[in-house]
Amino acid sequence: MNIPIKTWRFHGGVHPADGKALSNTVPAQRAPLLERYTVAIQQNIGAPPKPVVAKGDTVKKGQLIAEPGGFVSAPVHAPTSGTVGDIVEVPGANGGAIPAIEIISDGKDEWGSGLDPIPNWKNTDREILKKRIADAGIVGMGGAAFPTHVKLSPPPEKVIDTLILNGAECEPYLTADHRLMLERTEAVLEGAAIAAKILRVDRVFLGIEENKPDAIAALNEKAGQYGVTVVPLHVRYPQGGEKQLIYALTGRSVATGGLPMDVGCVVQNVGSCAAICDAVVEGHPLIERYTTVTGTPVANPGTWILRLGTTVEQALTFAGGVKARAAKVIMGGPMMGFAQTSLGVTVTKNSSGILLLQWQETAEYTSNPCIRCGRCVRACPMKLLPGPVSVMVESENYDEAEKNYVMDCMECGVCTYVCPAKRPLVQHFRRAKAEINAKRRAAKAKQA
Amino acid sequence: MSEEIEKNNVALPEPGSLVLSTSPHVQDGDSISKIMAKVLICLLPAIAASIWFFRFDAVRILVYCASFCIFAEYGWTLATRQQPTVGDCSALVTGVILALNLPPGAPWWLCLVGSIFAIVIVKELFGGLGQNPFNPAAAARVALLVGFAGPMTQWAAPATGELISGATPLGAIQAAKGSADAIAQLGCHDNLMKLFLGNVGGSIGETSALAILIGGLGLMCFRLIKWQIPLAMLATIFAFSGIVHLAAPGLTPNPLYHILSGGVMIGAFFMATDMVTSPMTPLGALVFGAIIGILTCVIRIWGAYPEGVSFSIVIANALVPLIDRMCYIRPFGWHSHSVSALNIRRGEIK
Repeated sequence: MNIPIKTWRFHGGVHPADGKALSNTVPAQRAPLLERYTVAIQQNIGAPPKPVVAKGDTVKKGQLIAEPGGFVSAPVHAPTSGTVGDIVEVPGANGGAIPAIEIISDGKDEWGSGLDPIPNWKNTDREILKKRIADAGIVGMGGAAFPTHVKLSPPPEKVIDTLILNGAECEPYLTADHRLMLERTEAVLEGAAIAAKILRVDRVFLGIEENKPDAIAALNEKAGQYGVTVVPLHVRYPQGGEKQLIYALTGRSVATGGLPMDVGCVVQNVGSCAAICDAVVEGHPLIERYTTVTGTPVANPGTWILRLGTTVEQALTFAGGVKARAAKVIMGGPMMGFAQTSLGVTVTKNSSGILLLQWQETAEYTSNPCIRCGRCVRACPMKLLPGPVSVMVESENYDEAEKNYVMDCMECGVCTYVCPAKRPLVQHFRRAKAEINAKRRAAKAKQA
Repeated sequence: MSEEIEKNNVALPEPGSLVLSTSPHVQDGDSISKIMAKVLICLLPAIAASIWFFRFDAVRILVYCASFCIFAEYGWTLATRQQPTVGDCSALVTGVILALNLPPGAPWWLCLVGSIFAIVIVKELFGGLGQNPFNPAAAARVALLVGFAGPMTQWAAPATGELISGATPLGAIQAAKGSADAIAQLGCHDNLMKLFLGNVGGSIGETSALAILIGGLGLMCFRLIKWQIPLAMLATIFAFSGIVHLAAPGLTPNPLYHILSGGVMIGAFFMATDMVTSPMTPLGALVFGAIIGILTCVIRIWGAYPEGVSFSIVIANALVPLIDRMCYIRPFGWHSHSVSALNIRRGEIK
């Protein structure tokens, strides 16, 4: 649809060196079948799922291997057909070790999910569609991993009038959503239409940054048939941040501490939409995703369709390994991703990218004094005062930091990116938030 | 590539050589010394104008002040056993701005006292870069004016170098006060043109409004300063002096004369905008600029000193924490019923 839509510009933000040229013109490649997959059990926010298979069981591709542990939970399915191995520990992306179910492939890769396709979803009851999304284990694939069926079940007092699809992909280097929108355009749009039917909304916006003209063109061709309006947005990190995206497309500000449904919006990543389409129309649960494997040290950077349970080591092997020394291996993007010390970390439902950085590209923080230049204040999308608050945190004055809204910091990293004194601002705020939360818990425990 | 391991004929990173730290993992390449270098580039027009009008005196004062400031900072960090900080070039910038504020007749010891006062007393004793409440160059100029009024008012006619005390554009106001005709004559077009180009007496760097304007525009293009400060300061001076001039034509010349004379231009673009000593919020910057503007006019029109910019800047610096508190910005999405506001109101956070 080509009706010009009014957009708003959020405060601040920054445009780092893109890095997307390394991988945005390479078509996505399907990874070859591996002998062994270690599928992490908890790949969602909320209750951990419970394994329902034992060592030695034969499973088919897409079969349930862990059932939800509660309403806010998501099941996990086998990425290929084969035998169940042990329950092992794999490194978690956030540090520590997490349990994973080993699936040993039999080479046949046969489907057997037990979920029937629903091609006629337009005339199917909403609750059936919602249950299908829950059974398929779909979570927010942009990074949050919040169970999608919960997001599509807002409480009745929250009136939803807008569905927003997040195709911004504002992090540098990441191109997975870009390639997905270009190569699986109809799947993304159909999934969006299914979500719109469940929410009973007419207004569906797909926010996408202007640096993806080919994807915008591909989407514009088909968007009208599915009732979606494609809205190109200003290229600025963090355009894809939920609150910033809602503001850019609707002009509504989500209250601090509030949720998108408070302003009548639900936001879904485009990857989650494609997964919804696969689950409903094909009967395929979520077992693989588009992931960018990129960075200047990588021999052949590009986008890969990786099954859950693939290790970073295997993914890097597909991409030809490294041709230069890598100082960091990051799960995610350079602004909010997690650095890793083990190549045994596995691809999970929210692994949008595997990024390698060389030493000279990596930030090094010193704690020079804050010169009050004000760049962080200009850049903060939440309109906070990062410089002065970091000085408060350095002197361990957490009460003053709390009064200056440090708890509203969304840790996007823009302030730290622009600071000329190379102060570790976001790191200070994480510490302050941890201390304040600990204090609040202690106060609550004392009251109880 | 010794930090890689071979597996399946493909080189992979050696896990033991990977760096573990939290996001963000990239940074833009700017640094404090790069910012200072850009400020110096924007000062070049004013430096060039000072040398053009005051010849060797300007060179002498610039060299003295810059060197004394750098040595003062280096000596202080050495004496207090800290890491040397002169590498961030802030002492150099302070030295240059201080030099531009001195009269052409300033003797070497005036430069020395001023530099030591600016660097050691105003900056280092408060904790060094980023911790000083007062603008070092402005505070040093004030201290020198109060302590050594004679040498600080050894003006010279530009290009001829004859020393004349008191014959500056602001000094001329005192002489013409009381007579509306004499004041109007001061503010005539020829005089304004001389003021704009800098062909008048005054401190070596403040005479040429044109040179400072070019530098100031450079500062704004490089996004080095908060543009609200010079805007508010110049607009306030214009409005305030304009109103007084219309009400009492014998008291003070027209507003353009005020803006183009004395330390207003250099104060507006290079001194009031000093990052460390100015507010961090846009509204705060406007208020700050306005306060300086009002105080400058009050001192110039009714005060004992002919020039009020440096005094006003120093007084406004003292008000910055209060201005920041009163003009703070609410976070994005703050509503009176939002969680953070509720917590503060409920008294969970005092």
